[in-house]
Amino acid sequence: MIKLVDYVQKENILMKDVYCSTLMDLAEKDENVVVLDSDLMNSIGTVPFAKKYPERTFNCGVQEANMIGVAAGLSATGKIPYAHTFGPFASRRCCDQVFISASYAKLNVRIVGSDPGVTAAFNGGTHMPFEDVGIMRTIPEMTIIEPVDSIMLEDMIRQLKDVYGVYYLRLLRKNAVQIYEKGSTFEIGKGVLLREGTDITIISTGILVSESLKAADALEKDGIHARVVNMFTIKPIDREMIVRCAKETGAVVTAENHNIINGLGSAVAEVLIEECPVPMGRIGVKDLFGEVGPVDYLQKRFELTAEDIVKEVKKVIVKK
Amino acid sequence: MISNKRIKKLEIFATEIRLETMKAFAKLGFGHVGGAMSIVDTLSVLYGEIMKIDPANPKWPDRDWLVVSKGHAGPSVYSALAIKGYFDKKELLTLNMPGTNLPSHCDRNKTVGIDMTTGSLGQGISTAIGVALGNRMDKRDNYTYLILGDGECDEGQIWEGALFAAHQKLDNLISFVDYNKKQLDGMTCEINDLGDLDAKFHEFGWHAQRIDGHDIAAIYEAIDEAKKTKGKPSMIVLDTIKGKGCCFVEEMYFNHHITISQEQSKRTLSELENRYTDLKREWEDMQ
Ligand SMILES: Cc1ncc(C[n+]2csc(CCOP(=O)(O)OP(=O)(O)O)c2C)c(N)n1
Repeated sequence: MIKLVDYVQKENILMKDVYCSTLMDLAEKDENVVVLDSDLMNSIGTVPFAKKYPERTFNCGVQEANMIGVAAGLSATGKIPYAHTFGPFASRRCCDQVFISASYAKLNVRIVGSDPGVTAAFNGGTHMPFEDVGIMRTIPEMTIIEPVDSIMLEDMIRQLKDVYGVYYLRLLRKNAVQIYEKGSTFEIGKGVLLREGTDITIISTGILVSESLKAADALEKDGIHARVVNMFTIKPIDREMIVRCAKETGAVVTAENHNIINGLGSAVAEVLIEECPVPMGRIGVKDLFGEVGPVDYLQKRFELTAEDIVKEVKKVIVKK
Repeated sequence: MISNKRIKKLEIFATEIRLETMKAFAKLGFGHVGGAMSIVDTLSVLYGEIMKIDPANPKWPDRDWLVVSKGHAGPSVYSALAIKGYFDKKELLTLNMPGTNLPSHCDRNKTVGIDMTTGSLGQGISTAIGVALGNRMDKRDNYTYLILGDGECDEGQIWEGALFAAHQKLDNLISFVDYNKKQLDGMTCEINDLGDLDAKFHEFGWHAQRIDGHDIAAIYEAIDEAKKTKGKPSMIVLDTIKGKGCCFVEEMYFNHHITISQEQSKRTLSELENRYTDLKREWEDMQ
């Protein structure tokens, strides 16, 4: 069941708190649940987990590559590891360990990369992952999930306990904008239709989902009926939904807090070009490195706002 | 031996670095205060006495280089650079602001005087080795200085570099570990114990020393000894206190990245200003 909130607004609860409390709940039910980190437990809020389950917590210190290998090994013995570090380090820093030790070896690891894209804010360019999805997307059999709010996050963390394979979870750790009502459950690999529309489809993920809804409101005033989809599973991508939206609305704009190269936009474009080519545009970072600053400044700087989406939609729609 | 007068001057410089850095953090209301403060005395000795540099010619090929591998200490490095005249001190208050040249982590393309881009821990040792090797190939008699964090020494890359630099007999590389005993999640000995760090580097083939990292004279002498050591890279393990010089930070258990209230910043700034005035007076009395 998926239910949308009537009024979209910032949540009071922090995503990291939901991450931790859900893991604690799972750990109580299943003694195989283990948490790994690379000296960022205070950032991701798993200190209560470590206090309650010290024997199931492995803070490796600042060593991401080792952590991923250890997680892979743990999973070979039947443990269910959730391994966290910042997104850039979860992807770039231990790419080969993710690839070989976890994926190629067909082991069972959940990799959690926090502070997606511009939400790395004051940590600046070195910490701002615009490429983590791209890196993970090229690893065979990888599943990539970006929970949009705390409701979806909780559901995903629960579901991930009982799946098998290598999963990358792109996790905002502060307050998300609430999109879904409590109790909603989601199917990995299936996009969610958030708003009906007939003129164009905006396919979005992460913090760009609420911007897309705002953009659709603004477009409505100009007589453009935009459909909005939350494509929270970036891989495997929901081909069926993309094709249906393309057929029914005749144009697509993607919106993501990531490089437009090899992220959601690329994934959608690949489907469209093969199955139903329609005019398309991509909102995302235009192949740039990150920089330091507050999130709202960075969203403007990298053209990730509702206004940017509106502009892009108007550019694309005339090509129909 | 370094004279008492020169020591005093470096103590003044260190206090000025702390003061300017605290002002920038205070304006933002947060920052990596702990690790920025623990390394200040070493920065003072390096920029105040040791390094062959020319602030008017920051890319001078024969200069000494500094790679701050624990890149989150950037703010105190920026203060040292500004005080040395690389850029206007006023710019320090743009730390982390939109469009700034002074980001959280050191960036060689943004900040005049920063020699290497860092921020992803562990990587600075390799780039520093590359710089030292390149300068040796060019027969320059300059030094490359490298600052590592203790938590950073968890990274495997540190030990790859340690092995390689020794194999290369890289005696123009002088490195420090800011052994403040803490990383982000708490005490290094509780997270991933580093044990006897100087013994480890010694075992890897380095000339290793261990000193009080807040003792200006000891830092100076250790670097002097490192320069005299031929055929090996040098490691100086600095026993330090995370947050050194800012009482409220020193007292905190988790002091890696903190928020700073107006009350806290006001008190710390006035403590640092008092210390600065006292040191200045002591300096004048020495004349
Ligand atoms: C590769 C990498 N992993 C994680 C981080 C996040 N991080 C920044 S500082 C830090 C702790 C570093 O501790 P230490 O080296 O002891 O620094 P200090 O105590 O001197 O500030 C961590 C985990 C990072 N910057 N780079």
